[in-house]
Amino acid sequence: MKKLLPGLLLTFAAIFGVYSCASSDITQQENDQPTIQPLSEIERPSPDPRVGLQAGLFDAEETIWNLNLLSATPPPEAFLGSWGTDLAFKDNYAIQGNYDGFIVWNISDPANPEVAIDFKCPASQSDVSVYGDLLFVSGEGLGGRLDCGTEGVRETVSADRLRGIRIFDISDMYNPEYIANVQTCRGSHTHSVLVDPNDDENVYVYVSGSAPVRPEEELPGCTTAFPDEDPDSPLFRIEVIKVPLANPQDAAIANSPRIFDGLEAPPVRELTAEEQERIEQAREQGRFVGEMMGRERVIPNGMARGFLQRLVSERDGEGEPTAADSAALQERLPEFIDEMLAARGRGSEALGPNQCHDITLYPEIGLAGGACEGLGLLLDISDPVNPVRIDAVADSNFSYWHSATFNNDGTTVLFTDEWGGGTQPKCREEDPYEWGANAIYSIENGEMVFQSYFKMDAPQTETENCVAHNGSMIPIPDRDIMVQSWYQGGINVFDFTDPKNPVEIAFHDRGPISAERVETGGSWSIYWYNGYLVNSEIARGLDIFELVPSEFITQNEIDAMHTVSMDYFNPQGQPKYSFPSSFALAKAYLDQLERNRELDISAINSIRRGVQEAENTNGSAQRRMLTELAGELENHAGSSSNGDKVTKIANTLRDLASAS
Amino acid sequence: MSFNMFLSMRFTTLPVLFISIILLLSFHFMGCAGSEQIADNETVEHSPDRNLSSLEEIYWARIDSSRMNFTQADVVFMTGMIGHHAQALIMSRLAPENDASRSVQVLAARIINAQGDEIRLMQQWLADRNQPVPEVHIDGLNLMIHMPDMEHNGGGHHGHHDHHGGMHDHSDMPGMLTQEQLEELAEAQGREFDRLFLLYMIEHHEGAITMVETLFNANGAAGDREMFDLASGINAEQITEINRMQSMLEEMEGS
Repeated sequence: MKKLLPGLLLTFAAIFGVYSCASSDITQQENDQPTIQPLSEIERPSPDPRVGLQAGLFDAEETIWNLNLLSATPPPEAFLGSWGTDLAFKDNYAIQGNYDGFIVWNISDPANPEVAIDFKCPASQSDVSVYGDLLFVSGEGLGGRLDCGTEGVRETVSADRLRGIRIFDISDMYNPEYIANVQTCRGSHTHSVLVDPNDDENVYVYVSGSAPVRPEEELPGCTTAFPDEDPDSPLFRIEVIKVPLANPQDAAIANSPRIFDGLEAPPVRELTAEEQERIEQAREQGRFVGEMMGRERVIPNGMARGFLQRLVSERDGEGEPTAADSAALQERLPEFIDEMLAARGRGSEALGPNQCHDITLYPEIGLAGGACEGLGLLLDISDPVNPVRIDAVADSNFSYWHSATFNNDGTTVLFTDEWGGGTQPKCREEDPYEWGANAIYSIENGEMVFQSYFKMDAPQTETENCVAHNGSMIPIPDRDIMVQSWYQGGINVFDFTDPKNPVEIAFHDRGPISAERVETGGSWSIYWYNGYLVNSEIARGLDIFELVPSEFITQNEIDAMHTVSMDYFNPQGQPKYSFPSSFALAKAYLDQLERNRELDISAINSIRRGVQEAENTNGSAQRRMLTELAGELENHAGSSSNGDKVTKIANTLRDLASAS
Repeated sequence: MSFNMFLSMRFTTLPVLFISIILLLSFHFMGCAGSEQIADNETVEHSPDRNLSSLEEIYWARIDSSRMNFTQADVVFMTGMIGHHAQALIMSRLAPENDASRSVQVLAARIINAQGDEIRLMQQWLADRNQPVPEVHIDGLNLMIHMPDMEHNGGGHHGHHDHHGGMHDHSDMPGMLTQEQLEELAEAQGREFDRLFLLYMIEHHEGAITMVETLFNANGAAGDREMFDLASGINAEQITEINRMQSMLEEMEGS
């Protein structure tokens, strides 16, 4: 039996303080007062119940707030002690990657998920994606074998090693068939599947690898030289695998390994007068000045020395460079700089590395977010196989850009910083709020503008690995709500509709696995899929949650959420949620007008009563009521501070009228 | 009930039935205000504790055995990297008192936090595998690595060049600064400190990357998942930081 903390009791209080099990009919109140509070005015549990939870593997103390845990299922015995990783979804199945292979869960009954198959095939991290009947699995570690053997690979160079992408046929979910693999130089830490709307014959897999390069003897063409020595260095590129759907066994690296080469650089600001003056002074002192990173710069002395040495050796000379060498360098400087930058995978115009940890593709809005080492990139993917970089941001508070999530309408992008790599405790009291957090940017005319940081802020212990990790949007109409993993910091749900003021609205947390030392565990990923929140617990298996109504989110908004469903879901290939017209949608919008004080409460309640009445009738009477209500709403649009939303409700009711 | 049936049912039934479905689903956690009863334990979907405790036994046994899959190259890497990281701490601690710019101070603070945690993690890794654990002592610019004796823990002696149990001298590792370079850095102030700090830290980080490459070039090394994660994490993060420091240097150039 679980030990539940006051957090849960608070949940009861929150639910039953506001909602009852009785029907949700609106009754005429004596005097209309808003009951749904603006987000900023709602009290949060205090003290935070996530602090001080008792340790345990399957019996850790837990706390839950505004969520309901439907099931917590330990991993199948064969996978105990191995690490669970990312998730992908197809039909009623959740596929959970694992350092030992992958597990297919049948989640038709969220309260009783069943293991369809646990497939042993060790590889770190086994990041998973699905497309049609295909399952893609990432392998990066040194012990992954082509034959799925569990004995690892001892030799530095071995024909048995797999580092790259494995491809399985999952037309029978209970019997996946290993059909192909594609080897890459750095292996695959993560990958994203790109579906080109104009190409129904192929899908593309973007592969990101962050481990050292394998020996050339193991895979030809893999050089460990740094890019300034070898322009073909795999250290600074992304692999793109083309998968022909008719013959997936022919999947191979497409002929576009440097997908970020020659991308347009972000505009560079004009030089200030001081900068101009410094460059002039440097020239007078005999320093070299050249065009670099999009503007005129003084060439660092060390770099200039390297160029001069090169000239000396080109003329088979020895010793110190001469005045003639210096003169020659003035001539050849642009060429040398271009070569050097191209070798670093930068092109003279480009900026920073082009190695990414993860890329989120959102084809329906034509954008991708790349979390690329020290940069967050915004890419235009309206031509999906030829992405164009439209903006890049750096942030001194970010250690390692990890992944990106867009809001549903593509006006905001959220990046995570996986500081410490996920195996270290980075949510202690002394760890700064803005380190290992999310950074939220609005997208304004193709530029990312910083708005705020957001971090799970309940201090965690020294023995809990904790930092921002994977999550996804939850389809609540007109609100940007995300569910996210924080490893042993648990999971939380937050609203960032106002990107300057993100608000936490639900959470679940367990105590550490061990009170003595960090045992890697906690939530690797949690994603919304067809009404439920599915959590991949690294050590403890699979959790399935549902959102419960609270002061932050109404039953109507949750009902509207349930009208959205998907056939399959890869979180790094973001789908656009659209809401069919429904009574739930109209009522959810009305709740939002009340929450944000955008329309007089008595007008809202009058419309609510009408909508309720219409919902309880049918046929021509319903049609007439809905049409009248829509007209009534349109008259209110002028007196509302959110006329657009009022119009949207009217349109929803007209849609329902024409459907009845 | 299948997902799809369940979904379609929700939206074709009357509200009252709809609410009862929700309640059934969530019965084991939420009593209903109207019925005033809490669901009994039988509806809670958890395996009995007996089963869980046997699963837990298997879990810990596997965790323990997963820690026995290591090579001497792994031990050498961890032992060396502790000393290597410790020098980065010495360098970074100078930033606030030497009037570094704000961006260099943020970078230095991150390095202190990140590498301090990694040192603890590497010490834990060695202890888990019954290997000698180097203790780090920093006194100003002086770094002392104290290696306890394997036979009687806590033995050994302090020293600048403390050889023990096959540990190589930390000053020989790639990218390590000489004592003279450390002194030069300690004397630099303001912009000059920024410039030297970035130059030396880039070199230092490149040394760490070389150490990771050496590790990966040894047969059977980094086969342990904790080892692989830490080593490839150091690799990725330090390459990232090198790039960041290079652009900071480029920003400073010419002034």
